[in-house]
Amino acid sequence: MSAFFQYCVIGLSNGAVYAMVAMSLVIIYRATGLLNFAQGETSLIATFVVWEAHDRGLPLPLALIIGMIAGFLLGAVLQRVAVQPAGDPATAPLQLVIVTIGLLLVLNNTAGLIWGNESKVFDPMFGPSSVNVGGVTIAAQQIGTVAVLLVEALALVAVFRFTKIGLAMRSVASNAEASGLSGIPVARILVISWGIAGGIGAIAGTFAAPNLGMDATLFLKILVLSFAAMTIGGFDSLLGAIVGGLVVGLITDVLPRYVDWLKEMPLAPAVLLILAVLLVRPQGLFGSKQVRRV
Amino acid sequence: MTLLSATFHRCGYGPVNVLSDVSVSIDEGEAVVVLGANGAGKTTLLRALSGMIPFVGSMTFGGATRSKTTPDAMVRAGMAHVPQGRGTITNLSVEDNLRVGAYTRRDREVAADIDRWYEMFPRLGERRTQQAGSMSGGEQQMLAIARAFMSRPSLVLLDEPSLGLAPLVTREVFDRVAELVSGTGTAVLVVEQNANLALKFATRGYVLESGEVVTQGTAAELQADTSIREAYLGGPTEATS
Repeated sequence: MSAFFQYCVIGLSNGAVYAMVAMSLVIIYRATGLLNFAQGETSLIATFVVWEAHDRGLPLPLALIIGMIAGFLLGAVLQRVAVQPAGDPATAPLQLVIVTIGLLLVLNNTAGLIWGNESKVFDPMFGPSSVNVGGVTIAAQQIGTVAVLLVEALALVAVFRFTKIGLAMRSVASNAEASGLSGIPVARILVISWGIAGGIGAIAGTFAAPNLGMDATLFLKILVLSFAAMTIGGFDSLLGAIVGGLVVGLITDVLPRYVDWLKEMPLAPAVLLILAVLLVRPQGLFGSKQVRRV
Repeated sequence: MTLLSATFHRCGYGPVNVLSDVSVSIDEGEAVVVLGANGAGKTTLLRALSGMIPFVGSMTFGGATRSKTTPDAMVRAGMAHVPQGRGTITNLSVEDNLRVGAYTRRDREVAADIDRWYEMFPRLGERRTQQAGSMSGGEQQMLAIARAFMSRPSLVLLDEPSLGLAPLVTREVFDRVAELVSGTGTAVLVVEQNANLALKFATRGYVLESGEVVTQGTAAELQADTSIREAYLGGPTEATS
């Protein structure tokens, strides 16, 4: 039984990372109605900046802040330079998805070019210590990852609820035209949304890299599972992204330990879960039902 | 004092030109109506004025020339536009809608202004935390208008406020806007299919046909004009009485 709980602890802390990336995907989806395939690689470069700053001697928390700033700038610049000129997601959604897939490749190659392809050691922010609770080992880093997820989520909710920029972001997500006619600079709000998503990408990477190894493939697997988390939670819900991320983490880490054939295809349970959710509840667990005017 | 004067020689959507020869001018505090059949270019005119689409021509508003502009810049300059049918931000609460309306303001009276709207429209106050999209069509239209006035504009553009509303509700909306115009000194340019109602509300009007102003005059002149009676006011019968 304690083995089961041990797997759950691993699943939850991995799931916290999926939840972080899923939240950044939700922010971009809410703002621009777009699935951003480049979100993982934006986060990758932001995470490499964290690694680089730490490698040059800065303490990890400070390095993380520098990485978040870099991620913000990268996300904002990508939106302004590559996404915004490519068209309106309402009329050209496919072109825009292709643009983000192109960005995925460009950013991934850029990261490889700058930082090489060998895996780097990424120190855990909360150190190597751990506690033993009834035969289950819980690392300080695992507790820290979940705690940071909660702090990040509360901070995002606070920004959305209580700040003027958050009000503008929610308004643009609901009705961009009427928002612009109310004086909200819509284009700038979209740039800021992508910036915020890029900035929190550095957090996800900082807590994923010690486990998975810091190299250019870090976010390829994470992104698929984060898409799963986003789908399960409902595309436009931050709470859904968190619950979805934790559920996906639990399923992909716990189930394969007990079901032999899943060991060969660890992503299968996540895909099956997506299918089940889409069949039973297409808007996800927490997503808003889309009312489409015809 | 002239608040707005604009002349559009060319304005439309890509290769499709809608406005070919339109001049409008509005004085401070004036209520003006734009009449015209479907496709005459009424909505396009409002979109050009509020910076939503580019135009060839000239425009001065509030004493400054505006040749290339954006909606948020026009709001800061004092023009608010309530678009046709979709004026409310449906996923936001009623109160957030009003706060969005005050987005460009930097003063500290926003909360007091919101309270004033709740006094004026108790229905909005009762539903302040509800999603705007859950309200009735008339309530949403009033909210959209209230949101526009929250920016403390000198000119409000109203695009068919009666769309989809029952006649009684439409009349109430117009009565309320008339109170706002006389109470705040805000000018209003309204596009309206219901010419009877609009000509009672406005002091002056323009008639658009295929992207051109074909007639203009005071509300009384337009009401007396036989061709307008035939086209927009339900026949010429009353003209002889």
